[in-house]
Amino acid sequence: MTPPETPSAVPPQGGTGSGPAEPDPRHSLDGPLPLLSLRDLRVAFRMGKVDGVVQRVQAVGRGDLGVSFDIAANRTMALVGESGSGKSVTAMSILNLLPDNAERRGSILYQGREMLQATPAELRSLRGREIACVFQDPMSSLNPVLSIGAQLCEPLMTHLKLGARAAWQRAEALLNEVGMPEAKRRLGAYPHELSGGQQQRVMIAMALACEPKLLIADEPTTALDVTIQRQILELLGSLKTRHGMSLLFISHDLGVVGEIADEVVVMREGTVRERGAVAQIFAAPRDAYTKALLACRPSLQHNPARLMVIDDHIAGQTERTSAAAKDPDAPVVLEVRSLAKSFWLRQGVFGRREFKAVLGVSFKLRRGHTLGVVGESGSGKTTMGLTLLRLHEPTAGEVLFDGRNLLTLSENERQAMRRRIQIVFQNPYASLNPRFTIGQTLVEPMTIHGIGANLGEREQRARELLVKVGLDGSAFGKYPHEFSGGQRQRVAIARCLTLNPEVLVLDEAVSALDVSVQAQVLNLLRDLQDELGLAYVFISHDLAVVRFISDEVLVMKDGVVVEQASAEAILASPTQAYTQRLLAAIPRGYRVAAG
Amino acid sequence: MSAVLPPAAALGDTFQKSEGVWHAAWRRYRADRVGMVSLAIVLAFLLLIAASALGWVAGDWQREVGVPNAPPTFVGPRAAEATGAIDKPTGPNVDLSAVDPLAPRYKEWDERAAKFKTVEIHRAETLPLGADRLGRDVLSKAIKGTEVSVFVGVLAALTATLLGTLLGALGGFFGRWVGDILEWLYNVFESIPGILLIFAFAAVFGRGIGTVVLILGLTGWTGMYRQVRAEFMKHAGREYVRAAEAIGASTGSRMFRHILPNVSHVILVRTSLLAVGFIKAEVILSYLGLGVPVDQVSWGTMLAEAQSELILGHWWQLAAATLFMALFVTAFSLMADALRDALDPKLRGLE
Repeated sequence: MTPPETPSAVPPQGGTGSGPAEPDPRHSLDGPLPLLSLRDLRVAFRMGKVDGVVQRVQAVGRGDLGVSFDIAANRTMALVGESGSGKSVTAMSILNLLPDNAERRGSILYQGREMLQATPAELRSLRGREIACVFQDPMSSLNPVLSIGAQLCEPLMTHLKLGARAAWQRAEALLNEVGMPEAKRRLGAYPHELSGGQQQRVMIAMALACEPKLLIADEPTTALDVTIQRQILELLGSLKTRHGMSLLFISHDLGVVGEIADEVVVMREGTVRERGAVAQIFAAPRDAYTKALLACRPSLQHNPARLMVIDDHIAGQTERTSAAAKDPDAPVVLEVRSLAKSFWLRQGVFGRREFKAVLGVSFKLRRGHTLGVVGESGSGKTTMGLTLLRLHEPTAGEVLFDGRNLLTLSENERQAMRRRIQIVFQNPYASLNPRFTIGQTLVEPMTIHGIGANLGEREQRARELLVKVGLDGSAFGKYPHEFSGGQRQRVAIARCLTLNPEVLVLDEAVSALDVSVQAQVLNLLRDLQDELGLAYVFISHDLAVVRFISDEVLVMKDGVVVEQASAEAILASPTQAYTQRLLAAIPRGYRVAAG
Repeated sequence: MSAVLPPAAALGDTFQKSEGVWHAAWRRYRADRVGMVSLAIVLAFLLLIAASALGWVAGDWQREVGVPNAPPTFVGPRAAEATGAIDKPTGPNVDLSAVDPLAPRYKEWDERAAKFKTVEIHRAETLPLGADRLGRDVLSKAIKGTEVSVFVGVLAALTATLLGTLLGALGGFFGRWVGDILEWLYNVFESIPGILLIFAFAAVFGRGIGTVVLILGLTGWTGMYRQVRAEFMKHAGREYVRAAEAIGASTGSRMFRHILPNVSHVILVRTSLLAVGFIKAEVILSYLGLGVPVDQVSWGTMLAEAQSELILGHWWQLAAATLFMALFVTAFSLMADALRDALDPKLRGLE
């Protein structure tokens, strides 16, 4: 739990080390001529009028206390914090990419120019040219009806006044530079033909098009698999060195930040909690919140029984290390034998082509145990999870639940079995019906399966479950949009629990959450498992998370299980190259980067 | 299982009975000033329609109460028409008795006529909104016309919505052969020119209000079908629908309890557009002589009459029908918009 020690003699990683080897902590506010300097920035959003008084919500800064930091030329500054900490709003206020109801106060100096007073025309000339942005979701940032080449050429032709032919050639060079395979061919491709990682590379190429001096990367890797995340981080690091630009890197994950940043600003609730060089932040964090952020990410080196959450840490609680030992001979609740699922893709006018999404997966799951399923996007792990519940009809294989094959049950028997195996989906924003109150969401499954004698009894039980998953009973009458991602995921878990299931399929259930919230949900899952004896099928792309919660791990690639062993064994001695690659991709924070 | 739940008594007091969906929607609707005004107007129209259907007002719309083409009161009576284009002849009166074979009987007829009482019907020179060419009160006609037009428009819109939503939901949710069959049906309806289809239905069913409703409903569902189908296709793959399937919700429940409320805004807006469109379509049908029967009045028949009147400068029938129609149609659209916002839990204002 203590932050990793850093030998002070070791300089930061070579890839990003074109600046001074050890950043001077005093440099942070009074350095010579920073590229960008924020002083006491405060941002508030007007939220309409109530009784003639304009209502404001302050997103950055508290009262008169604002956010201040400098970014020197050719340095990487990381802004770290949870969702809602104001880190994105801070970054977006530099170019005034905020909604119209935002009010900015304080000072933002870019190369000595005051950005708060800049006219729209001045800002436009800076955007893309001097300061460029890369956003979290590459799919929604790219225009789906324009080819990659057309989108890359646009800034070249408007900002650099290049001709069409020259712009096209430059676009190809840019794609080569961001490591896109077959760059020439990809210029004619459309965004949907590229993978998530390739799309993000295109976004980076677009940002680089005009050789900006500052690149703002807003959670550029959060939507990507760990392996792709690593590639993008390395790409950003090398591009920064090659182009001599500065990078403002925004993330909720200190582990990622440690690999790329020179300096770190930790934000919470609109204020700066700690600011310093990356070595100092990781080696000797001063703020309790920073310490908590460092501790709440599951790591490969250290496997506690519970993850420390922010509040534990701030309350000064210590870690509980002794995990309840699991019974290795617990009865097998779920056994899967050579499960397979194929999709038929149309080819030509009448042709069909078989696409094998899952092929020959077999495992046994014991009561109270957790099976981790790891793999990159497209490895078939989610399809496998959905097939277990028959949300996809399997092509072949057997799923034995208490010795009965789920796949050959009649409709009535299936309904009864449904109670016993439930699923939690990845995206808590999509998996709850937005038109149902939390209460309706929880009561519905009980009504369908006749649990509880009447509505009053069901509502009572729903409220009890809400408390059990750590929500207030008053959540009952609210709608999903009133909750944060972590809270919604708790509701989704409560919905499954209404049916007293024996097996829960957790399909990337914590992947969309901030690390700090992820820790809370993981703890909740572990508590529920201990209390109710649930068996989990835990699907994730993040090996560190899987290691924390799993007893056994399946590693999947292209629909096939490539490695299957206990969690400890996979970590200690992965036999497959693919597993080793997944392990190497996990963000390790600053320690490994320095070593 | 229940053993591990905390005892209910310990949780007791933090629970309050939560607000119902409709109650919350009404609270949000009340906060919308435009919505409330338009609701008041629509309700006023509905009261008027109810009163007219019960015969309390405008029951005697066919009575010729004014002089033909009497102008509205605020315009004032028409100036007496200039009569004498020719100067009065100045010579002695012509005695026609010599040539008129009936002349000896005039006296007898006058005496017989004097035995009966005759009443000269007083016809108003002006009426609140004027009179048509027969002297019928335009205001009464407009009120009676509202009853017919709104009834036709709203009922036809509801028919089309029901058809379009049901078929769209089936086609979008199930896809495969169900979707294919419905697509064929849709294509058949879409490939025939709309007005021709209406004529065909009108020729088969004959004339009457019920027929107009049926015609418009049966030909107008296609747009709704298409849109609802697209929405259902989109939502059927969403995780919350998957989650509902995982807890064992039946197909019907997933379609109409889960997805339908989430696409209701689309349906509401379409329905209001359809109602507005059908009110106008009824006008066209009546104008073409395929709409309401001649012994009834609707905004459409009023507008059809207004065409020939307008040449003579009698604009009031057109104005009255347009005013009623514009007021109702605008209020109805705004009300549908406000209703959509109120039913959407995400669009809450400051609370």
